[in-house]
Amino acid sequence: MLETTETVRSEYEPVQGRIAWIEQFTDQDKLYVISLPDDVELDHDPGQFVELFVPGVGEAPFSISSSPTKDGPLELCIRAVGNVTRALDSMEGGDPLGIRGPYGTGFDPEALAGDDLLFVAGGIGLAPLRSMINYALDRSGEFGDLTTLYGCKEPAEQLFPEELQRWDDSEEMAFYETVDQCPEDQTWEGREGVITELIPEAEFDPETTTALVCGPPVMYRFVIESLQEQGLADDHIYLSLERNMHCGRGLCGHCQINELYVCVDGPVFNYPEVRDKSEAEV
Amino acid sequence: MTVRAVADSSVGRVDGMKTLAKSEFETLIDGLIDDDPRSVVGPQRRSGQYVFEELDSAADLALEYDLTALSPKKYLLPQYEQLLTYERTDGEYEMHAGTDTEGVIIVGVHPYDLAAIEHLDKVHIDTMGDEPYRKRREDSLLIGLTMQSVAPESFAASMGAATTDSGYDLLVTDIGDRFVVDIGSFEGNELLADLDTHSASHSEVQEVRRIEDDLRGRFERELQFPPEELPTLLAEHYDDMEFWESYAEQCLSCGSCNMVCPTCYCFQVETVRDLGGDSGYQQRSWDGCLLEEFASVAQGENFREEVAQRHRHRFMRKGLYVYERYGDVSCVGCGRCTRHCVADVADPTDVYNDLWEATNA
Repeated sequence: MLETTETVRSEYEPVQGRIAWIEQFTDQDKLYVISLPDDVELDHDPGQFVELFVPGVGEAPFSISSSPTKDGPLELCIRAVGNVTRALDSMEGGDPLGIRGPYGTGFDPEALAGDDLLFVAGGIGLAPLRSMINYALDRSGEFGDLTTLYGCKEPAEQLFPEELQRWDDSEEMAFYETVDQCPEDQTWEGREGVITELIPEAEFDPETTTALVCGPPVMYRFVIESLQEQGLADDHIYLSLERNMHCGRGLCGHCQINELYVCVDGPVFNYPEVRDKSEAEV
Repeated sequence: MTVRAVADSSVGRVDGMKTLAKSEFETLIDGLIDDDPRSVVGPQRRSGQYVFEELDSAADLALEYDLTALSPKKYLLPQYEQLLTYERTDGEYEMHAGTDTEGVIIVGVHPYDLAAIEHLDKVHIDTMGDEPYRKRREDSLLIGLTMQSVAPESFAASMGAATTDSGYDLLVTDIGDRFVVDIGSFEGNELLADLDTHSASHSEVQEVRRIEDDLRGRFERELQFPPEELPTLLAEHYDDMEFWESYAEQCLSCGSCNMVCPTCYCFQVETVRDLGGDSGYQQRSWDGCLLEEFASVAQGENFREEVAQRHRHRFMRKGLYVYERYGDVSCVGCGRCTRHCVADVADPTDVYNDLWEATNA
């Protein structure tokens, strides 16, 4: 027989949270604001994720959109594309659900301190980056210049529209946005084109800038190339990668990129950590 | 590593060995079956193959076995295991982590399976703190058995797992008319307390050594190189897609190699609901990286879409990835994947030796 020390509680037992309110951004995307019991402190790093359990349906991983600099409820921006997320889509304020976490390696604000930060968010990739963007805005004294680039398919797919407007108006952060294209039945006065076109336009000093990138899988290679063309060194690039972080604990194997477990070693990686991993697709 | 610490304690291998009559060993097992609240399981003959199953009597033990269909992993990391139960009452959910974590007494475990369990311990207890596994493992007893029949698919000797001096509570060696027993833990020692045993003589210990030495030369399959070379060899051939495709061509993506592997521990989690929908449980079940959807995400992207990618991943994991993370090559050479692969493309000695030849030709 073996003997080891007792741990406090099972890692597989969620705490019960409750949907405080829901904000609808697009046909598919909603912000779920979730209150946790008073005695539970999430205490997360920007870029970390939680496992969300919808009783009777299942569990899935979601990056935390709220910043640890803000007290208050947990915010998850979720697109309805799978079993769990479609079930969530039919839920209302007051409904209970389970939360485990936070898990993974997020952004390290201490390591980024003093850097100019360039956020590059494509589509739903804004959800995890928003945590760090708001962290940097709330503690802007700790960082250099802040710039956010955001691109989505069309105007109707914009996430956090009111917040985007505030960022656009803000003196604290430069903000550039684009849509891939604007269908005729929508109006858009901004620019059209893919997100990589914003990179040469944004003003940043490659020597002092760190880029934080999150978007759909197809986006990474192009964004990284474009950042390199602007003179950014590889280790000045951080990527938040999405995989099926099913257990969140480095065991179930579904999120593996070569030998890396995204749920433990990531989801945030310094680019050189994954540059040569073919399964990272970056 | 906890297991080794226990096994290497004051009861040393040589001077701690005992001898007992086979009838005494049966008395021990029958006593455990009758009196111990835990299940007692061991290798038995069923429908033309050997399997670990619950024992009704020590007489049912098939200690002559070469290889069982599944390894005793199935008792420590069950194929289906409840992680969480939930119940709704008045709009509130009660959620409790919980599973039946009672241990088992596993009799007749060969050294390669003991090595596999040591590896699972390292991952689930020492590193990742998996509570269901830890509780069940700590409540379990392993009675090892020196292997004397060698399955044609096995290459455990090449992986250094044909014999062992750790990872068991007791290790039994059949020396003809009696057993020599090595004591690996305090609990193992306790098991022998009421039995008629005597200290093994020098010649009895020598006989155990002779059996072990003789065994290593009886494997039909072997690696042509030391397993320590595997991580480097695999890393060198990662991008050799032509090689991986040559194996993957015939692969059916059935996942059998994963299911029968004593060191595979990947799982999926699913929700099982009662008919009313107000209660149910989350269960984890064995999953396999050869299965097509293993690396898919909700939005449809499959990060290991090609069979060759999944095939490569399995071998990389066994010989490189797990090594980088835990310092173990996680193949013990049991040969189960070879035996159960319908397409005959899972044999690690084929794959690894081919790579070796490609490098050293």
